[in-house]
Amino acid sequence: MQQNTPIEVKPIDKDKVKMFLRVTLYLFVITVFEFAIAFTVPHEYKWLRIFIFVALTIVKAYYIMSEFMHLGHEKRSLKMSILFPLLFVAFLLFILLFQADAIYQAVY
Amino acid sequence: MSSTAIEIEEKEDLWGGGVSPMNVSYGKLMMWFFLLSDAFTFSALLITYGLIRFSHPAFEGAIDDFVFSQEYWPVPEVVFEAVPFLHGVHLPLIFVGFMTFVLILSSVTMVLAVEAGERMDRKGVEKWMLWTLLGGIAFLSCQAWEWSHFITGTDTGSQLLDGTLFRGANLTMNEYGPQNFAALFFFITGFHGFHVFSGVMLNFMVFFQAVTGKLERTGHYEMIEKVGLYWHFVDLVWVFVFTFFYLV
Repeated sequence: MQQNTPIEVKPIDKDKVKMFLRVTLYLFVITVFEFAIAFTVPHEYKWLRIFIFVALTIVKAYYIMSEFMHLGHEKRSLKMSILFPLLFVAFLLFILLFQADAIYQAVY
Repeated sequence: MSSTAIEIEEKEDLWGGGVSPMNVSYGKLMMWFFLLSDAFTFSALLITYGLIRFSHPAFEGAIDDFVFSQEYWPVPEVVFEAVPFLHGVHLPLIFVGFMTFVLILSSVTMVLAVEAGERMDRKGVEKWMLWTLLGGIAFLSCQAWEWSHFITGTDTGSQLLDGTLFRGANLTMNEYGPQNFAALFFFITGFHGFHVFSGVMLNFMVFFQAVTGKLERTGHYEMIEKVGLYWHFVDLVWVFVFTFFYLV
């Protein structure tokens, strides 16, 4: 309200911006690579395709969380509070994929 | 925050109150925990997709021979092959790839807005928030088109199990594959799209606060960081939806 002192704008942090652009480039290249896999690796290699897609997705997720969401530069306690609970996701994935196979066996 | 760094000698003091042991503000910490809970919701949805998909037969055979049928799960690249203004041209996944880039780029402009906010650069925040808003609106528009195309269906349609010819999709029937395929499409991309919509609303709110000078008067641009976390999360979820719904 009664702020009479002018706000001091600091200069652009060039290294930081460069890092953001580098991460953007990584995300772009990985996505293009995923497209290449989708159209070159035949559908017969279903599990190979799924493995590559999931691995590349996790790499992309790492860059988004670590750099864009700044989690990589936070305290260890915060990183762990966010990442450890995600193990439940892996657990749910594990049991439900088995369940899917059981349903498939029962129906077909 | 960081300008008034408090030296902590003893570990006990760190957890004894008065400081954040995680070295983030209350607002950012709570945003992180909200996003964690939201991540569980999206994980449950995507894993459910996996459960239902793998409890149906997969299409066996060459991709060129693929026809829509309720007997097996459709191959996504055959379902999502249309691009606006290029009717009838087979361009698998091109449009959804474009949408992915739009969302990633709007994440980048968001991160630049946060960076400008840390420097108290009001003009920079306004500029980058405006680009972020545009990216979000562009994504939503693309999704609206994608949905209407999915609902309208192909020119020929396909035969359902009871022999009727059906075009497009609704919540109970669809021409692409088993019943649940369209239901999952609507639910998962719809839930994500709703997040994008809320994100655009929040982005507009902080953009408005930046333009009117409210954030400058507050003395910091932490609001941009908090909304930014949410916006990156929306992008993060899309990366997973893209992989599990469109690529796999």
